[in-house]
Amino acid sequence: MFAQAAAPRRVVVTGMGIASPLGLGVERVWKRLIEGQSGIAAIQSFDVKDLPAKVAGQVPVGTRAEGGLDLAEWIPVKDQKKMDRFIQLAVVAAVEAVEDSGWMPEDEEGRCATGVMIGSGIGGLTTIYESSQLIAQGKHKRVSPFFIPSALINLASGHVSIRYGFKGPNHAVVTACATGVHALGDAARLIAFGDADVMVAGGAEAAVSEIGMAGFCASRALSTGYNDTPAEASRPWDEGRDGFVMGEGAGVVVLEEYEHAKTRGAKIYAEVIGYGMSGDAHHITAPSDTGDGAFRSMRAALKSAGVAPSEVQYVNAHGTSTPLGDDLELGAVERLWGEDARGLAMSSTKSAIGHLLGAAGAVEGIFSILAIRDGVAPPTLNLEKASKDSPIDRVAKVAQERKIDVALSNSFGFGGTNASIVFRAAP
Amino acid sequence: MSETAEKVKKIVVEHLGVDEAKVTEDASFIDDLGADSLDTVELVMAFEEAFGVEIPDDAAEKITTVKDAIAYIDGQKG
Repeated sequence: MFAQAAAPRRVVVTGMGIASPLGLGVERVWKRLIEGQSGIAAIQSFDVKDLPAKVAGQVPVGTRAEGGLDLAEWIPVKDQKKMDRFIQLAVVAAVEAVEDSGWMPEDEEGRCATGVMIGSGIGGLTTIYESSQLIAQGKHKRVSPFFIPSALINLASGHVSIRYGFKGPNHAVVTACATGVHALGDAARLIAFGDADVMVAGGAEAAVSEIGMAGFCASRALSTGYNDTPAEASRPWDEGRDGFVMGEGAGVVVLEEYEHAKTRGAKIYAEVIGYGMSGDAHHITAPSDTGDGAFRSMRAALKSAGVAPSEVQYVNAHGTSTPLGDDLELGAVERLWGEDARGLAMSSTKSAIGHLLGAAGAVEGIFSILAIRDGVAPPTLNLEKASKDSPIDRVAKVAQERKIDVALSNSFGFGGTNASIVFRAAP
Repeated sequence: MSETAEKVKKIVVEHLGVDEAKVTEDASFIDDLGADSLDTVELVMAFEEAFGVEIPDDAAEKITTVKDAIAYIDGQKG
């Protein structure tokens, strides 16, 4: 069947939605990001006294009009309890993206040509935790009939498909912190190969909870030295960095076959031109010590895009603010770009919103698209003094106006999984 | 309205997100109030919790309307 596939089709982005620590709504979040605002704060929603890491990026509470989250505006009360928070955030971002795209197919053919691929790194962790508590108390019969469908990762895609009647491919990515990029890239390929004309794709995560924080604290991955100054905790490449900052949220885009988008007169943000993947085959949590996995992922993405490193003006780094990972990624970019590293802008927007795990790649993909649209490289907050010199401009603290035609976004996950995606200005 | 009826209706309104006016004693959870089979399982659990009664599965299956729920709970308490 693959032997008979036609040449790959072009894929463009026609809708975007974000729920993040900088609020809800793509334009609002982008504006705040460019202004250098931080969404990192002390955790208030649960007791952190026994946790070494006490800060995180959480989606602010508020009305949609003011950029906050009031679930009642998005999801009927009856359905809220059937969804772990990661699904709720996915639905919020998906509703924004679908509304933004204007794609509401009214015929069966259109619905069957529209699929959903929203992933998550961890899924319904809090729901699993709460149900386990009931078991521990001997209350087996109190476990909700909604426990399993609330915790399953693919139920984000399930709920979005049910809400809109999208009957095309229904899929979900689970690759830890690389989930968002894999979802966008895989969904784009489904369109390119003709499995769907439109895909609602992205990632969602809601692991800012006691069990989520305790788990990442135990793996010694989180920042613990900036509990009193939360906005300074996420500081990619800075010599004072001491781990990543947990974030929650969701990013969802509407991907569409180019001719399909043109025919219906859709607004086109950018084109997905390349996608690459690799595996480290090295360690369960640590990146390979040469940065080779990142290097091969980016090289594969540029190859599939058919562009040379010199044609890329902006990289949205994985850059989590961990001592090891940041400089390895930097080294991999320097190696791949070679002489062209001078003049390249690369920033880590995790400095402002923290690490959204499975949602990171989708949210950062959206930031990369907006960087192209507006000709602005968003800043790396808290980059006071880099631990390693580089010819690459890491956009320290203040956004930069730049002409950006092509942008690449990286996401790397536990298990040694790497993904890179490349966008170009709208055709 | 009995105390049981009042409490049952309140639980139904909360769990199914329906208008109080629609929750008549004859209303069927599935046919009239938009519940699916999982919703009814959860409703029965909520009744058990609120009234401190045990509702075995074979009895739960027969509770399909607001009236059924009230009658069963009153029967257990009486």
